Amino acid sequence: MADEAKPVTNIKTPMRLEYRYSAGVATSRFLRGIGQGKILGQRCPSCRKVYVPPRGSCPRCAVPTVEEVELSDEGTITTFAIVRVPSENIDVPLPFASVHVLLDGCDIPFFSVVQECPVDQIRIGMRVQAVWVPKEELTSTLQSIRYFKPTGEPDVPFEKLKEFL
Amino acid sequence: MSDLVRDEGGVLTAPHVLEYPYRRSVGPVLGRFFTALRDGRLVGVKTAKGRVLVPPAEYDPETGAAVSDAFVDVGPGGVVTTWSWVSRPRAKQPLDRPFAWALIRLDGADTAMLHAVDAGEPSRMKTGMRVVPRWRAERVGHIGDIECFQPEGE
Repeated sequence: MADEAKPVTNIKTPMRLEYRYSAGVATSRFLRGIGQGKILGQRCPSCRKVYVPPRGSCPRCAVPTVEEVELSDEGTITTFAIVRVPSENIDVPLPFASVHVLLDGCDIPFFSVVQECPVDQIRIGMRVQAVWVPKEELTSTLQSIRYFKPTGEPDVPFEKLKEFL
Repeated sequence: MSDLVRDEGGVLTAPHVLEYPYRRSVGPVLGRFFTALRDGRLVGVKTAKGRVLVPPAEYDPETGAAVSDAFVDVGPGGVVTTWSWVSRPRAKQPLDRPFAWALIRLDGADTAMLHAVDAGEPSRMKTGMRVVPRWRAERVGHIGDIECFQPEGE
């Protein structure tokens, strides 16, 4: 082969780390809720903020969050990025919008993707709704929410979102 | 529930694999080393003081001065200067049976390099023992072109 005569200029040095991720008590409750088609957050007893996915404590107040809150699967885009580069573990057709969605009744954005909308129409303040897999295919993983799609409602003004950016 | 997710005492767990498919540029000096490996040879580089570094480095680790451009053939055999036994090899390690990681000073070299020694059991490993490389038939210019070292005379 012609290549054999050429000097070696680079080598493959792959890194692979195999973990088993433990979701913890609070996020396990959230994932079980996802398996039933529900989005469960937790409210801080001190500052009253609602977190999703819940981690079991409030990062501001450093107190346990025990009150469970069922959230809407509708929300508002607080920020987004258009993804044009393929990645092995994403099976969404390119280009797509990777978004933060502030679910109604929640105080922290939730990470997902938007489909059924041209990427040049994605904007901060846009109202979206979760598209779930069919009920019989629900699992306790975030794959149960396929993506978010626009609802067509009027945009939420920036003033109401700026705290969450 | 997805078959990857497990319930461990009420807490859900799932596999999480983090993988970086890096390719690294080796530079002109290590490039010579890897090119020689592909040809089934081992080379070192001479420092200004005449010491032979294997694997070659771009700078003399003792003085920080750039090395000379004199590359010399070393080995193929060498001496184990220290070693550590691996009784349960991991998936990506060079051998799928117990082996030794060893620092090996190749004949003609003044420094030692790390590689695996296929000795079967730890009682056959000794500092000062002589080893020789076991080359792969298909070589690509990678340290894995040497499958491992083995005790001389086997």
